[in-house]
Amino acid sequence: MTGPKIIFFILAISIVVFSILSITSRKILRAAIYLLFVLVAMAGLYYMMNFPFLAAVQLILYAGGIVVLIIFSILLTSQINSKLEPPRRSHLLSGALTAIAGIALSAVTILQFAFKPSSKPAIGTDMRTIGLQLMGTGENGYALPFEVISILLLAALVGSIFIALKNRT
Amino acid sequence: MNLQAEIPLDYMIILSILVFFIGLMGVLIRRNLITMLMGVELMLNAVNINFTAFNHYLFPHRLEGHFFALIVMAIAAAEAAVAIALIINIYRQFATVSVDDVDELKF
Repeated sequence: MTGPKIIFFILAISIVVFSILSITSRKILRAAIYLLFVLVAMAGLYYMMNFPFLAAVQLILYAGGIVVLIIFSILLTSQINSKLEPPRRSHLLSGALTAIAGIALSAVTILQFAFKPSSKPAIGTDMRTIGLQLMGTGENGYALPFEVISILLLAALVGSIFIALKNRT
Repeated sequence: MNLQAEIPLDYMIILSILVFFIGLMGVLIRRNLITMLMGVELMLNAVNINFTAFNHYLFPHRLEGHFFALIVMAIAAAEAAVAIALIINIYRQFATVSVDDVDELKF
C-alpha cells in the first residue's frame, strides 16, 4: 500500500459510510452533518485528482453554502429533538432492491468497457489556465456555458424569492 | 501527481456508482422533503466524481470534465435554493414537510 492508495481508501470508505449514515440516520440534523462529511471527503478526492480549484469550490459552495442552507431549512421546518419515523418496510425493500440492482447493472456494464486514455500531454490545472479557458471564446473556451450559468443563477435567485414570498397579490 | 499507476479508473467509477445509488435509495426510502433533497445532492456529487475522474484519467489534455463538474455544482446550488424556497412555502401551507401529508395540489 502506497501513500495515495491509503488516502484514497480512507476517503472512499468515509464517503460511502457517511453517505449511508446520511440516508439512514433518524435525526435529521445528524443526516445533514453526515452529508457535510461526505462533501468534505469529496473535496479531498478532487485534491487527489489535481483539481485544487474544484476542491476549493466544493468546500465553499457545498460545504459552506448548500449544507448551511439545508441546516437553515431544517431549523425552520422541523423539531430538532424529534426523530424521523423509520422508513416503511415496503419502501426500504423496494429502495434497497432498486439500489442493488442498479449498482450491479451499471458496474457490470461500465467495467466491461475498455477506456482508452488519450496520449496527449496533460494540461496544467493552475488558476491561470482555468481562468483563461473559462472566459475563452475560441477552442477550449467555455464562455458560453459560463454566461448561461449566470443567467440560470439569476433566474433561480428571482424565482426562489418569488416562491418564498409571504403574501403575494 | 500521477494517479493512474496507483488507483485505477475502475475504483473511481465503482465509488461513484455506490454513492449515486445510495443517494437514489435515500430519495426512495425517505419521506421527508429535506432528506430527499440530501439524496439528490449525493447523486449530483457522485456524477461529479465521474466527470473529474474521466477528465483526469482519460483526457488530461483538456479541462472539459472539470468545467462540467463546476457547472453541475452551480446548478446544484440553484436547485437547492429553489427547492428550499419551495419546502419553506410548503411548510407554511401544510405545517409539515413529509411527502405523505402533502397531497393536495390546490386549495
